[in-house]
Amino acid sequence: MLTFTFRRLLLAIPTLLLISLLIFLLLDLAPGDPLAFQPLTIPPEVRQKMRDALGLDAPGYVRYLLWAKQFFWVEPLHFIDWMFGTNFAQGMQRIISWQFRAPVFDIIVQRLPQTLWVVGLAYLVGVMIALPIGIISAYRQYSWFDQVGTFVSMIGFSVPPFFSGVLMIVFFAIMLPWFPSIYDTTLVVDDFSSFGQQVRQMTLPVMVLALQTTAQLSRFMRASMLDNLNHDYVRTARAKGMTEKVVVLVHVLRNSMIPVVTVIALGIPSIFGGAIITEQIFKVNGLGQLLITAIYANDLPMVQTLAFIFAVLIVLCNLIADVLYGLLDPRIRYD
Amino acid sequence: MTDAPAPARAKPDTSGRSQWWDVWDQFKTHKGALFGAAVFLFIVLAVTLGPLVWTIEPTFIDIRARNSGASLAHPFGTDQLGRDILARMMAGGQVSIAVGLTAMLISVLLGAFIGVLAGFFRKLDGFLMGLTNLFLALPLLPLLLVMVMLFRETLARSFGPEMGTFILIVSAIGITSWMQTARIVRGEVLALKEREFVLAARSIGTPSRRMILRHILPNVLSPIMVSATLGIATAIITESALSFLGLGFPPDFPTWGRLLFDAVDYLQQYPERVFWPGLAISLTVLSVNYIGDGLRDALDPRIRGR
Repeated sequence: MLTFTFRRLLLAIPTLLLISLLIFLLLDLAPGDPLAFQPLTIPPEVRQKMRDALGLDAPGYVRYLLWAKQFFWVEPLHFIDWMFGTNFAQGMQRIISWQFRAPVFDIIVQRLPQTLWVVGLAYLVGVMIALPIGIISAYRQYSWFDQVGTFVSMIGFSVPPFFSGVLMIVFFAIMLPWFPSIYDTTLVVDDFSSFGQQVRQMTLPVMVLALQTTAQLSRFMRASMLDNLNHDYVRTARAKGMTEKVVVLVHVLRNSMIPVVTVIALGIPSIFGGAIITEQIFKVNGLGQLLITAIYANDLPMVQTLAFIFAVLIVLCNLIADVLYGLLDPRIRYD
Repeated sequence: MTDAPAPARAKPDTSGRSQWWDVWDQFKTHKGALFGAAVFLFIVLAVTLGPLVWTIEPTFIDIRARNSGASLAHPFGTDQLGRDILARMMAGGQVSIAVGLTAMLISVLLGAFIGVLAGFFRKLDGFLMGLTNLFLALPLLPLLLVMVMLFRETLARSFGPEMGTFILIVSAIGITSWMQTARIVRGEVLALKEREFVLAARSIGTPSRRMILRHILPNVLSPIMVSATLGIATAIITESALSFLGLGFPPDFPTWGRLLFDAVDYLQQYPERVFWPGLAISLTVLSVNYIGDGLRDALDPRIRGR
């Protein structure tokens, strides 16, 4: 198992390098000029010096290698410095955002908590709702609960977040003014009233994101439970005189969770991708919103870094899913 | 199929019912699929034939009637420039459904092609599946946004703003959504290759090209058709998402996503305006998903006739 994990990790490195190169090549075609917004009064020789300082006129491979060096070497060193107060990265050039004129990672660190809170919580809520729904739907197949569950998850599949989010705003922020429609990042939680406010402003985006997660996971949980409910070992367990609760919640559930856990792991990066739209609707200034504004502003280092981070997340979660599958299911052996 | 003792090329049995009648019979028993098909047909007819009946131009500006609610003259009301929302919904639906169908076609053709090649030729398998996995690991929505951002100007200059955006969006969605189809088709082809009829065909010296076209492709048609139906749904959603983020079609060339995006600006004053485009997108996707569900059952010979 350990060798498998190790081999997969090694294999992930060339994949990720290739992906970063692909993203770089795509972005390299971008027309815009990062100095276009500078005042025209800047003399041409100064402008040329600025271009040189940003390394804009260097050939493509130099700029790619520079980015790779900054991403894989300078930024981790800087992180170590920040953690332990050392100064390894002294005087090294970090990845600078053209739009904010600040290191890309500083801005990402500023934006990360919002995304993690809203998206992470939504995923958690979605999983918590989806699992019981899936279990009950499978146990009472074709009952009214199952029918309603099927219908609701079909709706969850079909209603895109940009419509469900807007609908929630119309119903719960405009018609019934219960929740704010805009996420206020400057809110400091220090007492009960501000905590309540934080909960209220998180409700709508979390609901939108959780609806999607629930729709997919509950279907998956149901199918997996149905697969297992007809197995012989279930009949044996019942014949031994075990209570229905033990049969379903211990014997069947544990076996049905194997594929579901991997699906949960696989869904983590897609939640980050889907959160781009939700963050845009509720004006949560998280990573997704950062990416959108960077794309609009032609801020290539930021787009490159963020897109690559998303790719890393996808590859990592794939790997985690595979490893989990092997750990949970003794029938599967990779070695 | 394997037990048909065909010495020469047997004439297809034209007297009885073809296999498609069986499929239809099974499809009919799936209530949701039948309902979905009816709704989808209704939406397609409404957006294609609707403009013949409702003859107001979607771009006609009647500034005095702007922001009006539902009335007999404007059943869905008008927008901030006094354009009739019903006419815009029909025009938008044409574009949205055209984008959905074309992008689906591209992605399914690409997916089926790569899937069949990877499954059939062992030499290509490693490379093509590596490519598929690479594409699956790409962050697709950000890359789509970047692609649209980068190539919009260039294509708009050479094909005109509407056609350029259409080509760009359709091909961008097509080349970022073929991976699932390719994986499914490859799996099916790998399983088919072990069957006796393929061995038989190979033993009489059938060349690879004819083997694929006559023996493999007809047998992987059902997963391809199912993923094609579901592909329409994802393509429509992706296009709407792009339009919703303001990176889709130009504003005078409405799609459902664009209409929703425009309506969000007036959410406080006219919340009902977001309702129609959103409902149209959701209903189309819902009906297509149900059709896909029914097709999956109907095309599976193990379930059919049960």
